[in-house]
Amino acid sequence: MNTTTLGAGPGAARAPVGDNKQGSLSDAERLDRAMTSFLRDFNTTSALYLEACVHCGQCAEACQYYVQTGDPKYTPIWKVEPIKQAYKRLTGPLAPLYRLFGLKKAVTIEELEQWQELLYDSCTLCGRCTLVCPMGIDIPSLVLAARHGMQEAGLVPDDLWGPTERARREGSPLGATKQVLKERIAWLTDDNNVTIPLDREQADILVTISSVEIMKYPQSITAMARVMNHIGASWTFRSDGYEATNFNMLSGDRTGQREATMRLINAALAINAKTVILPECGHAYQAFRWAGATMYGRPLPFRVVHISEYLAEELRAGRLSLKSDARSMTFHDPCQIARRGGVTEAPREIFRALGADLREMGPTPAGNWCCGGGGGVITIHRADSLRHRVFHLKMQQVEDTGAALLVSSCSNCRLTFDDGQDFFHWDKTAHSLVELVADNLAERH
Amino acid sequence: MNGASVLDFARGPVFEIALAMLIFGIAWRLVGIFALRRPVDYSEPRAGTGWGSGLRMIVSRSWPRREFRERVLHWDIVSYIFHVGYAVAILGYVPHIMLIRNLTGLQWPGLPGGVIAFAAGLSAGALLALLGHRLTSPVLRRLSNFDDYFSWLLAFTPLVTGLMAYYGIGGNYQMVLGLHILAGDILFAWLPFGKIMHVILLAFSRGTTGAAYGRRGAPI
Ligand code: SF4
Ligand code: SF4
Repeated sequence: MNTTTLGAGPGAARAPVGDNKQGSLSDAERLDRAMTSFLRDFNTTSALYLEACVHCGQCAEACQYYVQTGDPKYTPIWKVEPIKQAYKRLTGPLAPLYRLFGLKKAVTIEELEQWQELLYDSCTLCGRCTLVCPMGIDIPSLVLAARHGMQEAGLVPDDLWGPTERARREGSPLGATKQVLKERIAWLTDDNNVTIPLDREQADILVTISSVEIMKYPQSITAMARVMNHIGASWTFRSDGYEATNFNMLSGDRTGQREATMRLINAALAINAKTVILPECGHAYQAFRWAGATMYGRPLPFRVVHISEYLAEELRAGRLSLKSDARSMTFHDPCQIARRGGVTEAPREIFRALGADLREMGPTPAGNWCCGGGGGVITIHRADSLRHRVFHLKMQQVEDTGAALLVSSCSNCRLTFDDGQDFFHWDKTAHSLVELVADNLAERH
Repeated sequence: MNGASVLDFARGPVFEIALAMLIFGIAWRLVGIFALRRPVDYSEPRAGTGWGSGLRMIVSRSWPRREFRERVLHWDIVSYIFHVGYAVAILGYVPHIMLIRNLTGLQWPGLPGGVIAFAAGLSAGALLALLGHRLTSPVLRRLSNFDDYFSWLLAFTPLVTGLMAYYGIGGNYQMVLGLHILAGDILFAWLPFGKIMHVILLAFSRGTTGAAYGRRGAPI
């Protein structure tokens, strides 16, 4: 029988593959671990969110899964029901009353198992629900807190847990080990006649990569190198800190998330970097730009920017000059970079500099539909047909713009688009913004 | 118990207990939340501390964003009719204002009884529509629990008894008025213990998200 190993803690035992449970813990132990994790995670912010919900149901209307299926179980706040139940019964100010009157039952192992699908397969952490909730409840942050408990309990879908565990073992969720990176960079350098600095001892800028790029879109690495060289930046990739995709954050593995974060921080410190550039990867941005310092326990001693932000800055500074590309284009804002990350203007500055005919997706960039592959969902194969259903919304939104070219700045979105394109025999391919820039670098005189 | 004694009972000891429960309950619930660990965010903000966005979102989230209006605005409007009608009835009716003056010293001019009755009637109608929605929408049925229905009932009863007292329906006026005040007392006493607490929590939860997103420069 195939076996796998649970990455963390005393549960690091063996369990059969395929039942979407990890480790050989008893049900009682799993439940206990999940509860301990839930209780440890509760803080004033999550408490406010869990207290404030008025059960108005509006979050359902923002969620791609409910909109496409009409199934009430996909109501965003319902997806975190176990953690809400645990909070109300055990932690909240009214907990004694809830227990006294039996208004909140104890969470059961069956419920946790049942909720695995809602917490993992059908939430991309896209944050649309946050924007609609009249109480302003940030549901994705609660989903992440619930995932922490699920990870502790060894109740993660195997398809997501696999890459997470691999990331802890090999430093990359998709097998893009140090060795693979070195080989890739060697052949990219030869094939494309481009200088790709690796492991320089000092540099102003540490550029990081997503393993999706290394394994699936290596041309992105070349594109980054060409752009950085064009700008004349002092930069390097580092084989001791390159992997920015933080799958561990997505599965709920706090220890792994911290390890992945620390690798980048240590690499940046080693070369005295003033800036760390995050690649075209939404969750990398979320994990490092917004959660990185908190993992570190103090402010980071360098700046962290997404590559699109960096390119916009360099355009403004006059160090990046582009040829014109006047085609009609539309831009898919990756949820974690734009809606939940705050980078909305930078890519648009780049389109303006290209002289592109940018056709925005309606009604606003903030309300952009998710590609359906975020939050680790793309890895979970049993969720494929659901993912394809929600992809329909995205396809329609892209089609409605009438643009000739679809561009995004996240390789995970790109992967999802490629898969959707294949599945629906769609005539649109998602392109990388950085590759578009690299293809349009003006000649230096 | 006759009408007069119900009235005295509702105005006297029950009112005082309700008020105590209201104040104590709100304090208890807020302290229970804010005594928990405060998360620290060491990330470098993109756009200030986020305080401004927090305050902005407290106001802006009172109306749905453009992206969602098509799907949610109609129920928001019904909900507004309920809330505004309720507020007008509570704060605009002269006897209510006198009660508030006695308690706090604050006062303001009242509205004619007919306007109050109209507002209360609209509010009650909207509340019935909201209940119908809760009972028929699959999403709301999934989410709803005891608190949702109980709080609905406690919000509805003062409206109906108030209208009955105003129009002299239900026989003994003192009895009906007594029941109206009793219903109000119970509503006050329950407020901190159920979902009606959102009247207080709303500003905190909106403000928290507004500040967190604001410091990231993300849309709110
Ligand atoms: S974050 Fe996105 S996918 Fe997850 S519940 Fe909210 S709207 Fe749905
Ligand atoms: S929209 Fe907000 S308040 Fe309404 S049910 Fe969803 S989480 Fe609760």
